[in-house]
Amino acid sequence: MIDPALTDALRACAVGAVGAAVGPRPSDLTVRLGRPDDLPAVVAVLTGPHAMALATVVATDETATPDGDLKVRYVFEPTSLDAPDRFVTLLVSVDAARPEVPSLTAAVPAANWHEREMRDLFGIVPVGHPDPRPLVVHDGWPAGIFPLRKSFDGSRRVAVEPAAEFPHVVAEGEGVFEIPVGPIHAGIIEPGHFRFTSVGETVLHLDARLFYTHRGLEKRMEGLSPLDAFYVAERICGVCSLAHGLGYCEALEQIAGVDVPPRARLIRSIALELERLYNHVGDVGNVCAGAAFHYGTATGMRLKERLQQLNERLAGHRFLRGLVVPGGVRLDLAGELLGVLAATLDDTLGGLDSLMGRIEANPSVVDRLDDTGVLPHQAALDLAVAGVAARASGVDRDARRDHPHAAFAGPEPPDLRVVTVPDGDANARVMVRALEARESIRLVGELVRRLEPGALQVALADPLPGGRIGLSAIESPRGEAIHWLRTDARGRVERYHLRSPSYHNWPAVALAAETAIVPDFPLVNKSFELCYSCTDR
Amino acid sequence: MLRILLNALRTGVVTTRYPATPSVPPDRFRGAPVLRPGTGLPPPAVCPTGALSERFDAAGRHVALDLARCVFCGRCAEDPWAGAVAMGRGFELAARTRANLRIEVVADDPALAAAGPAPEPDVEAAGASAEIRRVLGRSLHLRHLDAGSCNACDWELTALLNPVYDVRRLGIDFVASPRHADGVVVTGPVTRNLEPAVRRTFEAVPDPRVVIAVGACAASGGIVGEGYASAGGVDRVLPVDVYIPGCPPRPEAIIFGILLAIGRLDARRRPPGE
Repeated sequence: MIDPALTDALRACAVGAVGAAVGPRPSDLTVRLGRPDDLPAVVAVLTGPHAMALATVVATDETATPDGDLKVRYVFEPTSLDAPDRFVTLLVSVDAARPEVPSLTAAVPAANWHEREMRDLFGIVPVGHPDPRPLVVHDGWPAGIFPLRKSFDGSRRVAVEPAAEFPHVVAEGEGVFEIPVGPIHAGIIEPGHFRFTSVGETVLHLDARLFYTHRGLEKRMEGLSPLDAFYVAERICGVCSLAHGLGYCEALEQIAGVDVPPRARLIRSIALELERLYNHVGDVGNVCAGAAFHYGTATGMRLKERLQQLNERLAGHRFLRGLVVPGGVRLDLAGELLGVLAATLDDTLGGLDSLMGRIEANPSVVDRLDDTGVLPHQAALDLAVAGVAARASGVDRDARRDHPHAAFAGPEPPDLRVVTVPDGDANARVMVRALEARESIRLVGELVRRLEPGALQVALADPLPGGRIGLSAIESPRGEAIHWLRTDARGRVERYHLRSPSYHNWPAVALAAETAIVPDFPLVNKSFELCYSCTDR
Repeated sequence: MLRILLNALRTGVVTTRYPATPSVPPDRFRGAPVLRPGTGLPPPAVCPTGALSERFDAAGRHVALDLARCVFCGRCAEDPWAGAVAMGRGFELAARTRANLRIEVVADDPALAAAGPAPEPDVEAAGASAEIRRVLGRSLHLRHLDAGSCNACDWELTALLNPVYDVRRLGIDFVASPRHADGVVVTGPVTRNLEPAVRRTFEAVPDPRVVIAVGACAASGGIVGEGYASAGGVDRVLPVDVYIPGCPPRPEAIIFGILLAIGRLDARRRPPGE
């Protein structure tokens, strides 16, 4: 939808041409900037008076098309509660011979990693970016090779060269020392390197180096039939399998121009809540591990296991893979299974209430959580933090309400109570999780009551329409995930990009850790509970 | 404190008896595919990971399935191939070699019986080196090594320590340092960014040591395959003793694979004291 007030405001601050068009979705706006140098001024209008936040940045290599250029799309979304569900895409054409764009990071901190990523993977240089270090490709990556350029053959290994010391911020002074942690950790967790700079126990600075699990999945999907690429999207992350599979499907279904049947939408939303539930319940238990409250850890693990066994009964898979497929769902929820579902959720609610009662009554846990790892409200806004972490810092954002999907996209969306807590500390994040878990249980009950007999799937054309873009936002257990998919002329995947909630939230962990002492870092980290795999891809 | 004790007593024992008692996954569980010889077998392109392959000789069309690559998505068992391939419920699929994870049928010869997973576990068990079994058989301490997994396999390893699976009852535990470990359980296809860390962690484990590749990515590259950022499986970098198929393997499938690695599958079906 073209909003004349907005387009006029953007034209007023731009020197070059500004073209506006509807898309990718009918409610969205795509603004093409004739002059890349207009970007900072235009972005300032979006983020300032129009209160929009950066949702994702997608670079594409279109040098082999008639356009013969690289393109960067900066996708913004509204943050105010009364705003419509509308993404605004700023489209910039980049000259392949001189691939440069002005950096937005100084004004929009959330752009930081996006810009470093496009420098690593596409060779598009964000001019003026404050951090020159590579992000996605690590040591010894050959200079001048950009893996997401179309001319690069991604199917072969690239040799690993001996590495120099990881370049990081070095603080000097009496009593200042560094603690290197990872990438291989002492527990069963994902790999990342954390470089603490400390004085005594106080953290001065934390440099987090991620992308160890970068598998090149976006490149892997290029050229595949979108129906085949679905199995890759579903496997980007284990504990977000359902949410990411669903987000990919919704983007694909936009391209195909199909409407998923109502029963399938309800089952998708039920599954999305079941994924949130097993994650949140398990995460409450894991926070107890960080506070050495072993009863809480064991109870959280037991409740989570029960929910994953439920997943296996409902979907044949403990992480709910294989339930959602492009066009709908593959399995029905009916009969005896609904009874098992209701009984398990009933027991989970009782178990969760009991666990939260033990946590709240235990000063040794509460003292550790209270005022630990504080993420201030303004920092959460600046970094475009998503999900539990945002809502625990008082940011009222939830994609189920703000970008309706699955059952929420219907004419009478289910009632949703978005939970926010203002404090921003580890305790607030635990509270948000516990309240949201209860809300998920209530929501599943409501969604089940709405189930009416009907079709489970709608067929998708094969091959799919070429040259179209799908854009979806899903509220995964960790927050809003943005999926961007485009088909090429033959209907194959030309480019797919996932911006997971963890991608925007990791810099917030580093920031929150700077209010903590070193021994509390595991607690801070677990209270955010982010994924490495869907950040690194 | 009293309430915690009361809650714990009320909860009772939740721990499974597996492997002494067999485990039967729920009806919808997608385990090892069973291929039925006949002309209805799907073309290899159906499989998103390249686990299906075909070759032709005098006997006709041979269709093979590599369980190490299979992600158990069930696509090859959907219409129109539902009659030719069925997702079985078998999950005890770990094997000591990649060859043992290959199922092959002659598509054009329906006289041959349907083929399921090839390995015969008891014969396999005898293959564990006597040294590994003598030194590590009764108390095995493992180091987890994430080589670029999607975290599903990692969370299933974590589940092994929950009150339901509690692998410590089997003398198996996870340790913080490779120097304290008898071996590594590796998840993920070995990414380029992790390859040096994977090698160095393995080198820090004293001999004799076992390497267990958990899940499709570790066993074969799985859905990731080989590419600019992925080695395409743990055995491209480290010597692998046992491959555990699955995407991810369920916790009991991992227990099965670990017991296979140390030659202790005789612990199955034989409760303590009998």
